[in-house]
Amino acid sequence: MKVLVPVKRVIDYNVKVRVKADGAGVDLANVKMSMNPFDEIAVEEAIRLKEAGTASEVVAVSIGVKQAQETLRTALAMGADRAILVVAADDVHQDIEPLAVAKILAKVVEAEEPGLVLAGKQAIDNDMNATGQMLSALLGWSQATFASELKIEGDSAVVTREVDGGLQTIKVKMPAIVTVDLRLNEPRYASLPNIMKAKKKPLDEKTAADYGVDVSPRLEIVKTTEPAARQAGEIVADVDTLVAKLKEKGIV
Amino acid sequence: MAVLLLAEVTDGALALDATAKAVNAAKTLGDVTVLCAGASAAAAGESAAKIDGVSKVLVAEDPALGHRLAEATAALIVSLAGDYSHIVAPATTDAKNVMPRVAALLDVMVLSDVTGVVDADTFERPIYAGNAIQTVKSKDAKKVITFRTSTFDAAGEGGSAAVEAVSAPGDPGLSEWVEDKVAASDRPELTSAKIVVSGGRGVGSEEDFKIIEALADKLGAAVGASRAAVDSGFAPNDWQVGQTGKVVAPELYVAVGISGAIQHLAGMKDSKIIVAINKDEEAPIFQVADFGLVADLFQAVPELTEKL
Repeated sequence: MKVLVPVKRVIDYNVKVRVKADGAGVDLANVKMSMNPFDEIAVEEAIRLKEAGTASEVVAVSIGVKQAQETLRTALAMGADRAILVVAADDVHQDIEPLAVAKILAKVVEAEEPGLVLAGKQAIDNDMNATGQMLSALLGWSQATFASELKIEGDSAVVTREVDGGLQTIKVKMPAIVTVDLRLNEPRYASLPNIMKAKKKPLDEKTAADYGVDVSPRLEIVKTTEPAARQAGEIVADVDTLVAKLKEKGIV
Repeated sequence: MAVLLLAEVTDGALALDATAKAVNAAKTLGDVTVLCAGASAAAAGESAAKIDGVSKVLVAEDPALGHRLAEATAALIVSLAGDYSHIVAPATTDAKNVMPRVAALLDVMVLSDVTGVVDADTFERPIYAGNAIQTVKSKDAKKVITFRTSTFDAAGEGGSAAVEAVSAPGDPGLSEWVEDKVAASDRPELTSAKIVVSGGRGVGSEEDFKIIEALADKLGAAVGASRAAVDSGFAPNDWQVGQTGKVVAPELYVAVGISGAIQHLAGMKDSKIIVAINKDEEAPIFQVADFGLVADLFQAVPELTEKL
């Protein structure tokens, strides 16, 4: 079984986000970019499936700017076998919407015929939480989102999902799309020898036009602003003062 | 213009708070028709009909809709979509599972976690874990939206909308439910609680989380946890407050042993009053707290529980 893993290049999760003064968006020039943390978990899970003999090949794919090849090299260094880069934007500030990403991924799936697509549940930049579900819809496949446990049983995947009330386990027919949550696994660090080896692994480069997909956005960004700041309050001396303050506010 | 609103129905019962908040968010967009779907959903439909601002309720009952599996629920919504300009839901995990699938089937973009309605085409939503707010204008003919419930007040009760049955398109046979593991609790639900008491890594163990729970029970509060506490196994996943957990905005939020990572702040910074108890006076949580207490939580929390 082949496993396809879409990965996104996003601002590193440790970087403080700055909104541009003109309200045009978040400043991404000269900031550290990394693989979306949820996608790292998906890559790790795919590699573990391969190590367990369940998966035969792990293919990483990224859609975005040309620099996303660095993200793909990271996936290759972790253990993916090969990578596909679909260049769909020239400017790092242009985010390709989940619908367009899903359309391109659907074409990649048609060509690659994986048995499983493992994706992060959301990207930490646009926080849409949509690509996996949309891809599943376009392919008419089953979907299991927010996975904290994944077991392949024959032609089904048994997936435990993190939901509002606790955990839900469902069984989905393969081929399937599984989107992963934080507690599925702890991604490995790529070793230096593996980083060197990754440079020699195949990386195909395509464009959105190769797949005939129109990536023009459906959502026009009117403006981007800083959220209302919250003022720090006061440090109270002890528990008695805290109780008195809360009573004063009429809250307890 | 008309709105189809997917109600939050769990095992046949309506989650009133989440649904009523979404109704309030949606009613400026047009007449609101609420869809209650499930293996049994009639009782939920009766409850939804009483929400103020609901003009009609549709009830779809089918075993395939039983556990809100995305494939069957999305197919149902798409079969009804023709009459509506907006298809909306509260941003619960169920709706986040279903609505992007609906959007793709309709060839439109989804608008996730919307926190503000500017006009029928224009909406505000947080990005980058709430570190920026983006205003976007949709060019799609139909808008598919999930509303972040913590930023909207719940619509009241007193309505008496007509209830109508609709048929489901049937089971696509792609997925099946195996089991739910839901913790039974007498405490209020986290996202609708008036008071939330949360513990972080500083609490140290699952055993020590009992002091958090004792304070919560004294206040009649829900219990929350930071991602660090959940990852460490101190608390179950459904207690997690933050960017990837639940977003809450109670009257009072008490953060105990929580440093205040950006991803946690994203889930609670809209709370009316924030209290932080932490022994590290440099902890970033104090920058958003209305009242901070620099103290050892193992002394301060039991003392607070006793004195309240």
